[in-house]
Amino acid sequence: MTRIYGYMAQFDRPESLLQAARALRNLGYTRLEAHTPYPVEGLAEVLGIPPSRIPRVMFAGGLLAALGTLAIQYYSAVFNYPINVGGRPDASWPAFIPAALEMALLGASLCGVVAMLRGSGLPRLHHPVFDIEGFDRATRDAHFLVVLSDDPRCDEDSIVTELRALNPLRVGRVPA
Amino acid sequence: MSAADIVGSLALERRMGRGWAIAFAVAVALTVLLGVGIIVLLDRGVGIWGIDVPVAWAFAIADYVWWIAMGMAGTFISAALYLTRQGWRTALNRYAEAMTVFAVSVSGLFPILHLGRPWFFYWLAPYPNRMALWPQWRSSLLWDFFAISAYLLVSILYFYLGLLPDLAALRDRATTRGTQLFYGLLALGWRAEARQWDRFQTLSAMLAGLAVPLVFSVHSMVALDFSEGLLPGWHSTIFPPFFVAGALFSGFAMALVLAIALRSYFGLGSVITGRHLDNLAKVLLATGLFVAYSYVCEVFFAFYSSDQHEIRLTLNRFQGSYAWTYWVTAFCNVGSIQLLWFPRMRANVVVLLTVSILVVFGMWMERFMLIVTSLYRDFLPSSWGMFYPTRWDFVFLFGSIGLFFALFLLFLRYLPMVSMFELRKSSHSEHRRP
Repeated sequence: MTRIYGYMAQFDRPESLLQAARALRNLGYTRLEAHTPYPVEGLAEVLGIPPSRIPRVMFAGGLLAALGTLAIQYYSAVFNYPINVGGRPDASWPAFIPAALEMALLGASLCGVVAMLRGSGLPRLHHPVFDIEGFDRATRDAHFLVVLSDDPRCDEDSIVTELRALNPLRVGRVPA
Repeated sequence: MSAADIVGSLALERRMGRGWAIAFAVAVALTVLLGVGIIVLLDRGVGIWGIDVPVAWAFAIADYVWWIAMGMAGTFISAALYLTRQGWRTALNRYAEAMTVFAVSVSGLFPILHLGRPWFFYWLAPYPNRMALWPQWRSSLLWDFFAISAYLLVSILYFYLGLLPDLAALRDRATTRGTQLFYGLLALGWRAEARQWDRFQTLSAMLAGLAVPLVFSVHSMVALDFSEGLLPGWHSTIFPPFFVAGALFSGFAMALVLAIALRSYFGLGSVITGRHLDNLAKVLLATGLFVAYSYVCEVFFAFYSSDQHEIRLTLNRFQGSYAWTYWVTAFCNVGSIQLLWFPRMRANVVVLLTVSILVVFGMWMERFMLIVTSLYRDFLPSSWGMFYPTRWDFVFLFGSIGLFFALFLLFLRYLPMVSMFELRKSSHSEHRRP
């Protein structure tokens, strides 16, 4: 027998998908995934996706970049190559701010993009869901709900009937 | 076909028509001219331009500030309208972000080419080197280097992130192996998962929140290049906010020019509607009034300072050898936009196009005026002198315009010029309303 990634149900509207996801959660399913052409309000909460850590990663990245830039400026201007310009202090903190500010914004953005890609499992060349027939419409007008086969509640005999009860357009197996 | 499908087809089928082909040919020809200019510059040095003592900065710096200013509005439009939840942003943000990326790329060429020995531009970066040298941290030119590099990278990231779902949509609709591969690799395997959308939206909001202060800081750094100098007319604390206002002003004008062109050429009247043009025109008027206010403040502070050099410079701008640049600037940037007070004028595409082109031109003239009038009358009358542009000055100005449009036209041909997933989302929520 081929290994199964999950069982999918296709819907035509985001509202029906949201309703179906809610129904499956009430039945006790925990490992659900949805694919929609555009972000659906409230879907992440229904599927139980934990809040993203991206903001914290970005804050840390920004802080690190700012402190790093300040440190490099301080080291070079005070220890490594001090230049006396009209008796101004070597550690010219106000003049060190602009570069540190720009690097903070850049560092935060770079870390944010890396965190986003990692958090959403990208880049990835192939994925089992791409084998679903008609999955190319998931970026256009099709809404897919997938119950992953590693869900402890997932039972091969009952899942298909339970999915059918949600009135989807169609139901199918997704091979791993 | 939905609006999103029409936008997708434009990117996939690439039937751009004769107008596009002619525009692209002209843009590429100008880009080649720029390439020739750069080769001659590398061979013979910045002396091919009309710059000399005392006017050592002229066209190249005016071009630089002009381009980077236009690069401010794209990210600002996209980010500020995102943060304020303005639904009409959807039609504008994609091409405005593209405009930003290309304008900033073009602008970055000028300070590097102006260095005299451009091949050493990387000395601006702090890196361990065998000369044991460090960049001068107290110089605004260095801050500017950090600001432009950061801004260019962040705008590319922001632009690319927003493109991801649309690249996946194009991958899924592509029919030939080549396009499937091209868009498939660029889409990084996006599969429109709920988790991906959630992370995508979080990051979009965070980047938008960072982009707004970034825009303000970057153009303030550009202004500090001047403020840190001791010349009358430059040495002023008003410059950073004044430059930011000018940047948004010229950027919105360029966004309006492109909106009108895209709308009429590609028949996108249902996506970029009269309301978008009206809103852009209102923002153009508002930012133009900020700029007008700055002009008034500059004059006021010159006299209020009682500094004889500042006063002399201001009077010289009104009636000196370059007075015509001052009055052309005032006419384009303050006079022409007064038409936009009237709703009927904002509804007239020809008026909008004319006013925006005047503003784009006027903002170039403003930078030229600010730079040259401060330089050509030095503190010492013995070192006074005029600036006369050479043909190479014009080659770099028009060549950079060609490069910008060549990049922008390629963007129109290969990428969706309006965000497809956001169009789908907004058309879905419109249908749901009773």
